Parts: sequence; C-alpha cells; structure tokens
Amino acid sequence: MIRLAKAMPGVAVGEIVRVLADDPAAANDIPAWCRMKGQEFVAADGHAFDVRRLS
Amino acid sequence: MDYTGDPAGAHAYLDAATAAPLHPVAREALLASLADGWADPSRLYAAGRRAQQLRDAATAVVAELLGVRPDELTFWPSGTAAAQAAVLGGLGGRKRAGRTLVHSAIEHSAVLHAARTTEAVEVGVDRLGRLDLAAWASAVAGDGVALASLISASHEVGTIQPVAAAAELCSEAGVPLFVDAAQTVGRAELPAGWSLLSASAHKWGGPPGVGVLAVRKGVRWLSPYPQDDLHRPGNPGALGLPQVVAAAASLRAAVGEAAAEAVRLGALVDRIRDRVAATVPDVEIVGDPVGRLPHLVTFSCLYVDGEALLHALDRHGFAVSSGSSCTSSTLRPSHVLEAMGVLSHGNVRVSLHRDTTAADVERFLTVLPGLVADIRKEAGF
Repeated sequence: MIRLAKAMPGVAVGEIVRVLADDPAAANDIPAWCRMKGQEFVAADGHAFDVRRLS
Repeated sequence: MDYTGDPAGAHAYLDAATAAPLHPVAREALLASLADGWADPSRLYAAGRRAQQLRDAATAVVAELLGVRPDELTFWPSGTAAAQAAVLGGLGGRKRAGRTLVHSAIEHSAVLHAARTTEAVEVGVDRLGRLDLAAWASAVAGDGVALASLISASHEVGTIQPVAAAAELCSEAGVPLFVDAAQTVGRAELPAGWSLLSASAHKWGGPPGVGVLAVRKGVRWLSPYPQDDLHRPGNPGALGLPQVVAAAASLRAAVGEAAAEAVRLGALVDRIRDRVAATVPDVEIVGDPVGRLPHLVTFSCLYVDGEALLHALDRHGFAVSSGSSCTSSTLRPSHVLEAMGVLSHGNVRVSLHRDTTAADVERFLTVLPGLVADIRKEAGF
C-alpha cells in the first residue's frame, strides 16, 4: 500500500499501475485505498491488482 | 516520541466490547452468592433449596430485564456457547423445514463457526455495515430455510441492524429469527420480533462465564446436547450459580444506568470520531455515524500496521482491539470490515464503559496522532 502510494506521483493521470500483493488483506484494502484517495480500482486477477490514476 | 515501555499516564482500558470491567454490583453479588451458590439447585435438601432460590431469583431478574418469561431463559457457560446453542438448537428444531441458515455477513465468528455445520446463505451489508434488507427478504423466503441469524448491532463497528424489519420478513416467510444481542443487552433498547436471543454477561459488566439464551414460547428448539429427562432443555451440567447471580445483579444495574451512560459515552464517542478524523491524516472512521451503539467507535489508518498500532497504544497504557489481520486469533482481516468494503489495516476499535472518563479519552486523542505518524515513518512513508 505504501509502495502504491509512493508510485502514484510517477504515473500519468489516466494510466494504470499493476500492484502485486500476496497479503490476504490486499483484495479488500487496495479497492478501499482507491476509494479513500480518489483513484480508480480497475480489476483484480489473483495477486495482481490494477489501479488507474485519476488525479 | 520515544518508547520507554512505561505508560505515559494511568492505564485506560478501552475494550469493553470484548469484556467490560466487572461492575461493582457484580463483585458484591458474586462474593455474597458464594455462600449458598456452591450447592446443586436440583437437590432436595436445605442447601440445594437455597441454591434453587438463588437460581430462580436470578432467572426472574434477567427474564424481566429481557422482557421474556423465566421458563424461556437458560444460562450457558459463555455468550459463544449460548449463541451456538441458539443456532444449532434452532436448526435442530426445524429439521423438517430444511437445513439452511440465513445469516448476515457481519455475524460474530461464534455464529459463523456454527453456520459451517450446515448449509448457509450469507446476506451482505452496505459500506456503513447495514444489512441489505432486499437480499435478506429473498434469502429468508428461499426453499429449505430453517433459521435466520442477525446480530443486533455490529460488535466490530457498532452499526445497529434493522432487526425489526428483518424479523418482519422472517415472520412473513415463517422462519424463526435468532438475534445475537451481546453488544446491546444492558446498553440499549432490545429490538422486537425475534424468536431466539443470546447475550453475554461480561459484555455488560457481569463476570465472564455466563451466557444467556432466550427461546420464545412456540419456537421449536432442540438441544444439540444429550439431555436428562427431568429438566427443560438447557446447558448440560452444573450451573456457575454465583456467576449467574452476579450477572443478574449487574444486568439490573447496567440497565438502570444505560440511558445516562448512552448519553455520556455517546458524547465521548462523538469526540473520538471528530478528533481522529481531524488530527490523523488518511484515516477512515467506519460504521454508521448515526444508527450506532453508544459506546463503540472504529477507525482504520492507511499505511499503518494494525498490530504495531495496538502494541504502541498498549505501551502508552491503552487497551483497544483491532480487526486488522494478525491482531487476534486469525491471520485474515476482519470479515466484518471486508463485508463492508472498508480499509482493514491500521484498524482500531475503541469501546467505552462506565469507568471510562473524559480524561482517558482526551489522553488517547492526544497520544494517537503521534503514534500513527511514528509507525508510518518507521514503515518508510
């Protein structure tokens, strides 16, 4: 989550970051992070989670 | 901020939703009832009759406070045992109707463990932790539903559930409703319309080791345990009578204080909700801001390990609990927070009780932002 937050400034608005996380809380907490930080949760595939930068 | 290992002030126990400190009335009643409460109330000699009087008086008090008849009430060795007896016995009594248990996604784990013994249909909640009544309606109207189970208010986030409306839907479908009221009994008004209800004495200031189960007349309930042939069904084996007497006395005291305490603790909870949101960056206060228990508040902090925050608070003299993974008996994050879709890491539940002072809460609110900042810094954020 911290690495996702740190990576965001280096991502252009509209682009997608793929997060690889095997933490059992990730499937819940990455969408929650997106909601709290105003970013878009795109999709999850196993341990991969795609997040689009909106702002 | 450096950690000396010594709490910076007096200890503040803020985990009443796990176990409330013993009410002084419970302590008095416990000590007094040890004199007669050791005997077996089913024996016919004088000592047995004295124990029987104690048992009957305690049963009458609890029954009256719960609004049930004494013969609808049984005592169990814990709230968990009572809740599981409700589920298993409720299913057992309705075998002919089917074997499906409909339950909310935010039931206590005791109920979820019992649900694993049968077929179960889970009904979700919204972001605030409120039951999805439309989904509930179609679930309880399904084929083969023997029993439905709904917690009175979430033990993790405090959101009060629409029990009366859910009970109405159960009644239309002809399905009995079990309500786990552990967080409500002794603190707030009980909802109406249930068929079975359980509670736990150490949540209201009674001693640990006492659960209560009420089964309304006309509700088919079959004990999941072997029974003797003299008594009405209940927990097999000897009753912890002194604890039961103490539980009854403290329930009467708690119910008497509940309205005033709800106002006092509700104001402290409001203060925590407002100040945590204002002083801790990247925090989410979870649960219904309005329809909630008066004494309980939960929040989650981004970029914070829940276990680390629990230990940091403990070092500063605060006992709180957490729904983050690795903070209790499970490696997974709380099923309640997951069902709500709210952040599960950095999670803290604060629950207040009659000994909690405004000064305790102030000190907690003063210390918390620095601890969160320290943990974030240590994690490299």
